[in-house]
Amino acid sequence: MSVRHALLALLSEGPKYGLQLREEFEARTGEVWPLNVGQVYTTLQRLERDGLVESDDDADPGPQKGFRITADGAEELAGWLRTPPDLASPPRDELVIKILVAVRLPGVDVQEVIQSHRRYLVEVMQQWTRLKEDAGDLDLGLALVVDAELYRLDSVVRWLDTADGRLKRAALESPAATTAPGPRIRRRAGVRR
Amino acid sequence: MTTVLELRAVSKTYLDGADEVHALREVDLAVEPGEMVAVMGPSGSGKSTLLTIAGALETPTAGEVLVAGRPLSSMSRDDRARLRRRVIGYVFQDFNLLPGLSAAENVALPLELDGVPAGKARTAALRTLEELGLADRASRFPDQLSGGERQRVAIARAVVGDRRLVLADEPTGALDSVNGEAVMRLILTACKGGVGAVVVTHDAQLASWADRVVFIRDGRVVDRTTPRGGPDSLLAEEAAR
Repeated sequence: MSVRHALLALLSEGPKYGLQLREEFEARTGEVWPLNVGQVYTTLQRLERDGLVESDDDADPGPQKGFRITADGAEELAGWLRTPPDLASPPRDELVIKILVAVRLPGVDVQEVIQSHRRYLVEVMQQWTRLKEDAGDLDLGLALVVDAELYRLDSVVRWLDTADGRLKRAALESPAATTAPGPRIRRRAGVRR
Repeated sequence: MTTVLELRAVSKTYLDGADEVHALREVDLAVEPGEMVAVMGPSGSGKSTLLTIAGALETPTAGEVLVAGRPLSSMSRDDRARLRRRVIGYVFQDFNLLPGLSAAENVALPLELDGVPAGKARTAALRTLEELGLADRASRFPDQLSGGERQRVAIARAVVGDRRLVLADEPTGALDSVNGEAVMRLILTACKGGVGAVVVTHDAQLASWADRVVFIRDGRVVDRTTPRGGPDSLLAEEAAR
């Protein structure tokens, strides 16, 4: 998450003190992402170095030092809002790797491995939902953060469901298919070499 | 307090031509008053069969079902019908409201069918609609309500009177996520009033509203969630990252 751009966004509303920036950042993200004050000042120093914010020159460094956004800072913020995050290149997802390993490993019950991950994910989703339930409709920032987290976890559960269905079908079509080494994967590995 | 629903080693076998289909295999499940339990599984896993058996709409091949402490097997057909009218409320994916009746009349209907005088039934219906925040929709007909409102009226109908057990089969299936959330909040409100609820779903987001989630596969309960502590522990984990 970009603390840098979050601080620029807060400063785009008007000049603010460091401590105030920290409080507002936490309040607006539903207090889900705590920020320490050192992180705020280090980030502000870098922003100032890059000419994206300005500070009161005469004030001592500390809680009473005020910061405001520069024209370059406003331009940087506008650009960042519209830059897509890097979702295009697939990450080396730990869970995907675990399931791939489970499929190939002899003596492993893949469905049981899948279910243990599914259960864990649903338990975490229950906690997020409880948070949303307790907050009601009042805290918009929190509701947005919780929704994002629930959809992310839900997509992982759906992938597990799909994997489960695919493995079941593969086992029905050819009982050896889920344990034999996959020729296609070997061929690909060969191309890379 | 009496457990509102208990399934003891419940099995259900159908005959499909010459083949035996095991829809449920020795399922144990208990739902306490005030508790929402989600039953999660893929299609064909037996979760809808579980609901129809819990709701006394079908009888198990083996095992015992107790609703509000009473074994269904020892009840006469009339007793079971009365139980279905008085103690159990059903919520379906497609609402099942009668189009010629207003919201209040739809909610009052199960009470009237049970012999409650019309005036009393109407008063109880209006009270339930009010408790669920639907008082201003009471005189509207189903075609004058949005999909979300229709399902909320259907939930009012499922909890009106002295219901103890609410059974819901994919209750938000036809709704968008915001309306789906409103429906789940409403079922939770009903639970806080003391009813026990079973929600059957394949959707993890829906299941995550429940106090407990039971996973079913090929007719068998294969797993269940254990509480991981409240939201505070979640935030502590986030902060530690």
